[in-house]
Amino acid sequence: MKIIAAMSGGVDSAVAAARAVEAGHEVIGVHLALSSNPQKYRSGARGCCTIEDSHDARRAADVIGIPFYIWDMADEFHEGVVENFMSEYAAGRTPNPCLRCNEKIKFAAVLDRAKAMGFDGVVTGHYARTQETSEGRTLHRAVDPLKDQSYVLAVLNREQIDGAIFPLGDTEKVDIRKEAEVRGLAVAQKPDSHDICFVPSGDNAGWLRDRLGSETGPIVDQDGRKIGEHNGAYTYTIGQRKGLGLSVAAADGSPRFVLKIEPISNTVVVGAREDLAVNSMRGERPIFCGPEIGAAPTRGFVQVRAHGAALGCTYYLDGDQLVAELDEPLLGLATGQAMVIYDGDRVVGSATICETA
Amino acid sequence: MSVYLDHAATTPMFDVAIDAMAQSLRKVGNPSSLHTEGRSTRKDVEDAREKIAQSIGALASEIIFTGSGTEANNAAIKGLFWHSDKKVILVSSIEHQAIIDPAKWLAEHEGAELIEIPVTPSGVIELDFLKQIVTARGPEIALISVMHSNNETGVIQPIAEVVAIAGDIPVHCDAIQSFSKVPLSFKELGLFAMSISAHKVGGPLGIGALVLRRGVEIPALLHGGGQERDIRSGTLNAPSIVAFAAAVEADIYNAPKVTALREAFEEGVRQARPDAIFNGQSVQRLPGISNITFPGTQSDSLLLLMDSEKVSCSTGAACSAGVHRPSHVLLAMGLNEITAQSSLRFSFGSTNTEMDVDYVLSVLPRVIERGLAANSVGKR
Repeated sequence: MKIIAAMSGGVDSAVAAARAVEAGHEVIGVHLALSSNPQKYRSGARGCCTIEDSHDARRAADVIGIPFYIWDMADEFHEGVVENFMSEYAAGRTPNPCLRCNEKIKFAAVLDRAKAMGFDGVVTGHYARTQETSEGRTLHRAVDPLKDQSYVLAVLNREQIDGAIFPLGDTEKVDIRKEAEVRGLAVAQKPDSHDICFVPSGDNAGWLRDRLGSETGPIVDQDGRKIGEHNGAYTYTIGQRKGLGLSVAAADGSPRFVLKIEPISNTVVVGAREDLAVNSMRGERPIFCGPEIGAAPTRGFVQVRAHGAALGCTYYLDGDQLVAELDEPLLGLATGQAMVIYDGDRVVGSATICETA
Repeated sequence: MSVYLDHAATTPMFDVAIDAMAQSLRKVGNPSSLHTEGRSTRKDVEDAREKIAQSIGALASEIIFTGSGTEANNAAIKGLFWHSDKKVILVSSIEHQAIIDPAKWLAEHEGAELIEIPVTPSGVIELDFLKQIVTARGPEIALISVMHSNNETGVIQPIAEVVAIAGDIPVHCDAIQSFSKVPLSFKELGLFAMSISAHKVGGPLGIGALVLRRGVEIPALLHGGGQERDIRSGTLNAPSIVAFAAAVEADIYNAPKVTALREAFEEGVRQARPDAIFNGQSVQRLPGISNITFPGTQSDSLLLLMDSEKVSCSTGAACSAGVHRPSHVLLAMGLNEITAQSSLRFSFGSTNTEMDVDYVLSVLPRVIERGLAANSVGKR
């Protein structure tokens, strides 16, 4: 097959591209320029958006022996990912921009362009596996539980998964680094990236404050009594305990947690730990990575954070919303996060959480 | 089959130049040394200097070897500016980055005033504009720099007229693309300074020359041993200089043949894509360069597709971190950002054949079709 290898400049995508070549594919390396004003050098735990990273990607492509091009996706990234990140926070929700990038950029804009140019698919360094089944191709967790990235890929529909190749899902990260070493790739020991790539400092709250302003507002308890003040409701996260700066202590002296963010009244609601408990969740815009599900309750697992636990649940479709009823209550769940349903290690699908109870 | 159509970026080295270089590499001797070995290398370097000077109608003493054409351009622009007590720098709007960037740097750091000479839609500088500026502000102008031919479109510029209009104002000419392809005489043109480079004419990478009128002394960029008229220091790169001269002396470039290949190519493109626009086609151009706009495409997609069909061409424009930007040359010619980003440069050389042209024309239709498709999904 003729495929595009999305190369960030990191070790994973470099090895993925090398493995695709070895599997006999005709591979062209592409680095996505996602910032219209990239920084020269990497700093902190970022790992894909600087000029240094694009040089790392090019060097890896040269060592592997494949052509290398840079695709300018800065406008698409800004519109589809960065603006969405800001508007979601402004609306009091907690988005995951990496999912959004996979859905809108890597497996949409890039895949569409690749297909139009006569390529069959896109290979990436994500840790996930696909399987061919009688019902078509399905998406599964990687064998390395610490690196498994199936959560951030659960926004891909079947057509997108059909166009995706994940060569790393069967290998542990430590072995990928060793393999990179053997292949002579200089990025073998390059640190992993963790932070949001477009927030260079890693200070998400500060980044948001710079862009959304820092309008002060009340922090109230569940009875509506003002017990503190904040400067920008969107800088808080559901379940957050530290940094609230409350002036009035709880009656029993127990710690308080952020329960709710109300963007219209610019209010942060806090309460006791047990008030964070969530027993069920609803998600909008469901996407199915394999066979679609129906209204019949089914046993499975739901995961609500990239490296969170898989929680036992019963899930079903209610109209156009995905519902998961948890076996055990979960503490602290923000709307805007993705709920991803698993059947064992198979990814059933995902939805954006719009309601919790 | 693979076809190399990027001779404006760099040319294959001629065998005679490789042989001359290999021979020189085996010799020991710093050309500045006074002993036997040094004298032998110095003779090689000075023989080379004379051959190169002769080929461009200059005196041997007017050749200052540099590490690249870019260095020659920097030495000329900065040196002529610092040499003068005047502040205005006049350059054409289609100059190579190696002219525009040092000129902008002088404007930002050294108090220069940069004025760009616009071009016509065909890509030729506006001589009337130049006349007006020279008339109005002549006594303030430190230097004028206009390229002999443009590296992206191949359009030849009226240098003799520029020199005539300039009068006493020093004129520099970046002749890197024209050298060895069209007649070029430093003396006849009446230039103050001119830049040439070896790797565009079958010589090695990393060697160029600033041709600077005898008796003109300009401040140096590189200080040290003062090897080249005290204007450029550094141990002379004898093997590259010798190879440069060997390539020039071989005079292999076959302008009629290259012109015929380009014309056959352009005719084929016209038939395959009647909507294609040939930039600068109505005026005098270098034999080998063809700059074509394919409406509705993006040149970075076309480059990738051409590359995967084993055709090497380019956008001609400078890249910033590899991200494609619209060509300042095409923008200056009046193309908008979209059409300027839909253009490719094909540059032919003496090693190309009719088979090369046939091959490129055979892959072109599907490359353009896919380029159109890729662009339309991008706009979704």
